[in-house]
Amino acid sequence: MNSKPRGIKKALILGSGGLRIGQAGEFDYSGSQAIKALKEEGIYTILVNPNIATVQTDDDMADKVYFQPLQPEVVTKILEQERPDAILLSFGGQTALSLGLELYDLGVFKKLNVKVLGSPVDVIKATEDRELFKSALAKIDVHTAKSMATCDVSAACEAAKIIGYPVMMRSGYSLGGLGSGRIDNEKELIERAREVFNAVPQILIEEYLAGWKEIEYEIVRDIAGNTIAVCNMENFDPMGIHTGESIVVAPSQTLTNNEYQMLREVALRTIDHLGIIGECNIQYALNPKTGDYRVIEVNARLSRSSALASKATGYPLAFVAAKLMLGYKLYEIKNSVTQDTSAFFEPALDYIALKMPRWDLAKLKSSDHNIGSEMKSVGEVMALGRSFPEVLQKAIRMLNIGADGLSSHPYEFTNPVEEIKTATDRRIFAIYEAMKNGRSVDLIHKDSWINKWFLYHLKDIVDLQQSLAKTKLTRDNLLDAKRMGFSDKVIATLRKTTESKIRKLRLKHNVKPVIKLIDTLAGEFDASTNYLYLTYHGETNDIKPLGKKSTVVLGSGPYCIGSSVEFDWCAVNCAKTLRKNKIKTIIINSNPETVSTDFDRSDRLYFDELTFERVSDIIDFEHSKDVVVSVGGQIANNLSLKLENSGYTILGTSAKNIDRAEDRQKFSSMLGGLGIDQPRWTEAASLKKAKDFAKKIGYPLLIRPSYVLSGGAMNVVYSDAEMSEYLGQATKLSPDHPVVISEFILDGKELEIDGVAKDGKLVVYAFSEHIENAGVHSGDATIMYPAQRVYLETVREMKNITKEIIQNLQITGPFNIQFIAKHSAIKVIECNVRASRSFPFVSKTSGYNFIEIATKAMIGKLNKQVYKTLELDHVGIKSPQFSYNRLKGSDPVAGVEMASTGEVACLGRNVNEAFYRSWMATDEKIKGKNLFLSLPNKDKYKFLEVAKKLVKSGWKIYSTRGTHDFLKSNDVKVSFLHRIQENKEPNIKTFTDKGEISLVISVPSPNDESTPYAYRIRRLAIDNHVPILTNAQSGRILLDCLSENTSLTEEVQPSSYYR
Amino acid sequence: MAELGYIHLSDGHIFSGNLLNWNNHFVTGEVVFNTSMAGYVESLTDPSYSNQILVFTYPLIGNYGVQIKDFESSKIQVKGVILSQISLHPSHEDSTVNLRQWLKSQNIPILYNIDTRALTLHLRSKGVMAGLITNSLNKPTVSQPSHKFISAQKPKIYNPKSKKKIILVDCGVKENIIKSIIKYDAQVIQVPHDYDYTNQPYDGVLLSNGPGDPTSYQATIEITKKALKNNKPIFGICLGSQIMGLSSGAKTYKLRFGHRGQNQPCKVENSDRCYVTSQNHGYALDEKTLPKGWRVLFRNLNDNSIEGIEHQTKPFFSVQFHPEAKPGPTDTAWLFERFVKSL
Repeated sequence: MNSKPRGIKKALILGSGGLRIGQAGEFDYSGSQAIKALKEEGIYTILVNPNIATVQTDDDMADKVYFQPLQPEVVTKILEQERPDAILLSFGGQTALSLGLELYDLGVFKKLNVKVLGSPVDVIKATEDRELFKSALAKIDVHTAKSMATCDVSAACEAAKIIGYPVMMRSGYSLGGLGSGRIDNEKELIERAREVFNAVPQILIEEYLAGWKEIEYEIVRDIAGNTIAVCNMENFDPMGIHTGESIVVAPSQTLTNNEYQMLREVALRTIDHLGIIGECNIQYALNPKTGDYRVIEVNARLSRSSALASKATGYPLAFVAAKLMLGYKLYEIKNSVTQDTSAFFEPALDYIALKMPRWDLAKLKSSDHNIGSEMKSVGEVMALGRSFPEVLQKAIRMLNIGADGLSSHPYEFTNPVEEIKTATDRRIFAIYEAMKNGRSVDLIHKDSWINKWFLYHLKDIVDLQQSLAKTKLTRDNLLDAKRMGFSDKVIATLRKTTESKIRKLRLKHNVKPVIKLIDTLAGEFDASTNYLYLTYHGETNDIKPLGKKSTVVLGSGPYCIGSSVEFDWCAVNCAKTLRKNKIKTIIINSNPETVSTDFDRSDRLYFDELTFERVSDIIDFEHSKDVVVSVGGQIANNLSLKLENSGYTILGTSAKNIDRAEDRQKFSSMLGGLGIDQPRWTEAASLKKAKDFAKKIGYPLLIRPSYVLSGGAMNVVYSDAEMSEYLGQATKLSPDHPVVISEFILDGKELEIDGVAKDGKLVVYAFSEHIENAGVHSGDATIMYPAQRVYLETVREMKNITKEIIQNLQITGPFNIQFIAKHSAIKVIECNVRASRSFPFVSKTSGYNFIEIATKAMIGKLNKQVYKTLELDHVGIKSPQFSYNRLKGSDPVAGVEMASTGEVACLGRNVNEAFYRSWMATDEKIKGKNLFLSLPNKDKYKFLEVAKKLVKSGWKIYSTRGTHDFLKSNDVKVSFLHRIQENKEPNIKTFTDKGEISLVISVPSPNDESTPYAYRIRRLAIDNHVPILTNAQSGRILLDCLSENTSLTEEVQPSSYYR
Repeated sequence: MAELGYIHLSDGHIFSGNLLNWNNHFVTGEVVFNTSMAGYVESLTDPSYSNQILVFTYPLIGNYGVQIKDFESSKIQVKGVILSQISLHPSHEDSTVNLRQWLKSQNIPILYNIDTRALTLHLRSKGVMAGLITNSLNKPTVSQPSHKFISAQKPKIYNPKSKKKIILVDCGVKENIIKSIIKYDAQVIQVPHDYDYTNQPYDGVLLSNGPGDPTSYQATIEITKKALKNNKPIFGICLGSQIMGLSSGAKTYKLRFGHRGQNQPCKVENSDRCYVTSQNHGYALDEKTLPKGWRVLFRNLNDNSIEGIEHQTKPFFSVQFHPEAKPGPTDTAWLFERFVKSL
């Protein structure tokens, strides 16, 4: 290679922080690839990312990792300490890009002589500032949507008048289309624009392009100007639905060669004109009638779409982008799939890829289910196959929402047509229902603008489903059904038989899926790839089985609330350890936002379904020795019993014992037998029994079904009426398993142990402690590790309980047990015989890789070692990352249902330092020293001291009646505000709207009559981008930190410093 | 139930699927694969595919129906079509007919439900070969059909009022080559492949694409040899590039499985510049045989084969790919301008 970069010896990469809606695991993938690309060049690489659960922050990735907030002053400090030659801004999503621009404007790069690699900053600005963008494109005669940039509400109204309602409102500098949407009238515009101007300086009013096709291209360009379109994609849902909310296929399906090439040519011309170096994404609206187009936007960075395009094509976009930024030309970089040809080529697909978003709106109370131009989905899946029905039904199953296919979903519709017209998160099933009721393709097209090509395929599925129910099963119609993506289970239901009988029949008729390779060149060149999928459209397998020396590792599936990048970290580290021990490793996963689906992370990667049927297909073909179910989270875990019962070997703890922990009834009985204390509980077989139990114990009570992740359908009830309501909900979710009702302990301390056992003996463990009192879901809690405020006696007792449980369950591999401690009584809440969410956090805080140890335990390669995990010289604090500002109407109060979408963690010398960093790392900004404080009676005294200290250090406190009166009577200087509902000035609403509140601490009191108003205050804060805390314990620590002027820039240390 | 159908390859291999538009006659041709994901209308009407059976590696063909404006010649040129699935419900504003009906109207059989990836891998490892589509499993004799010339019968003039005269030697020219050149202010005289134009006035020659082995075009080669002596600009495309090479004294050889697709990467020799090109050829120029005075202009980044040559001092150049695209990327359309400017 002749373009070897000169002069760059040390480079810094900005990560993306905690996962949130619009910015998820895809940036772990792109950052990891960038690090790989840099290290290959011998460049000393530094990463700043507080997302501790990522693969990119592993020890074997960057040379140095900073778990620090992605805030300008912190990164400036790191740049001053490290003095790198260069910085990369495009691998950490919008967070990194915006932060980079801020640092550039502050003159930091210039002062410290740091070169920005890739597209020059003014180029990035031209793509971020819509007015600059439009004028740049106008120069080369590229069409953009009619639009006007406005800087205040009245200008926005003026612009809308000129363009004409309905209009599209968009904000500059945003991720995932925050603040974007269709606006029908002036009243709506005034309301929405005001909110958005609180967060961004500029919004755009644009022509509304409903019904146009939405098309995207992924483009790469090198310094010599060589430009290629790596992938194009077409949205199933036309313009109006954010691309992150849409079903997307690659390549485009309904574009003629002329349309495809016209848009490609515009893309190349645009990117060339802008002068982008590296990777970018360009989005179009295409008028299906006239062929006219509009460029919607260009993202001059790696994005969710580029991650998808990478996985859909096999072209490693992020890796190539990093090389291009270093100055390589495309033809000098190898095609890492073929290992023979160069990176200057456009992949040819001989399959179709389909992405489907994963929503979790049900978990976020009172958040509405409509989807549109703002992103709400929390994850996605990608299905590969050779027909549209095949990939669509695969994707539906991959979502893990209880649907086995288009025709087999868990929803009830009263008016499906309404949900087609006004899209909701279950529109695809609404279409199915409407078709089943006889609504025509033409009408549904009119309702939705969805291209008929897609709709006809859905109709084919409906038709085949109906004929399957009626006619006899032959080899031919069985094969047809499989080619159309029907699962054995769905066919079985239609035929009123069992899944295993259909499987037997299918195998008897030799109806089996074949395994095909993804080779980027549609078979034109010999490729050494190991990237695979299964399809029924084929006769021969592209590969031979790996045989008995192989082990299958089940990945996490789609990210959703409660299952996120941490399980990808676990799967990647498990695979790494297996391979180090010379075991051929096969990964199965369906999530394109992951590192585990990089084909160099395993010996074979199956990008396919994590269903019993598909996993069996793969193990049957490969003849693998065993399968790991304990590192992929709950989806993998839930397959264990069925796999073991069907004769497959589970590596590690047996499925029977996993089930004894998962099944509430069995687990509770086991604890009873061992004499281990637990909250009082009963099995609710009937509502009457539940109410009898309530009479005995008293409310509140916790209702939870078995096999639950992240508290789905878990709820706290305070009365008989609530009990009746929620029982209906919980039982619907999991009819196969009993529902358990237990005592709900308030004000207890929650503690957790993450650990590894071998044959029922404890190998390594980590005790951590929740900052919030019991009642907050462990996924939403702020967690300290090692536990800081626990008696040694408590620790010893927990350890003994743990030993008994793991002995009894004969655990080999990872586990997690949750405890509650109150008045010196320790009760066990639950036990997961699998890796938990906190494994990467305790691993990176302690310096011991718990997954590596667990994997070694499972394969019998454990080293004799003593682990020092109880008392460290530092403390790690993990904070939840919420996405409330993305979800209109959702209530930002943490409860038993998990609501956070991600997490971050920072290390520090003491609790306050680590807490403050960690909290700030969730992308919080406190602008000013004006606190709004609202406390229930039981917490008021606990805040008195800190309130006084705050006033002393220059803070102004505002409160409404109750808290105001309390503070005043205790001699704390406080300003009075009226509650929202009092409609009088000075009012909290007016003050927040005007931006005069910089922080809200609003702790709700359970079940009190002011709850709806407290909700309005919380929402007010979120919608105005004012940081808010609703928990008394974490709220007080934060105020402690603020009153002590805790600094972010003092002692900014890399992770290695704490080892 | 759909009729069963087979493709018998000359090496004895059989792939089975279902037949459509089958009229009980054997269809033989060279079996070649194309990796394009869009552009089937253009490919099927491309004269360079005459005498061939075309395998689409992309599994979903026919999604947007058939648009007459996208024809590259007046009729479907391939002898048979092999694919995985054909779309019976196309959706496009400009579509007049669905792909199946269109193929049926011209008696072109479709063999579908074929594992096209397996077939492609077979052709890649064994090289392209002749094949026969039939509804019978009985082994027929499979032989290569003999070469057929596709060419204008008599000269045809475009832009008669323009002063500059370009001779377009038609060996099976694609519509879009004509469209791409008549955009400029030049008179274009389309002549049959064996028409000797060297004694009439002209300013430049464009050698077109076309089907088959370039060495079968002896008449064209002889005429081109004379034209090379005239020192007037000559531009060759695809087969035209091979003809130019053969006429200058170089040799051609048959590629193992040809280049057919829209994603062929080519690099300008001795520069950093690369282009994605559309290609459809089974033969190439042998670099070792390139005579003195000639040099490589473009090179394929995948297999390093020659993708274009030029004379070091005289205004002759050629490309093995299709700058007129259709189907495929338009990145090298500037070559037409370069040619016209050299006149």
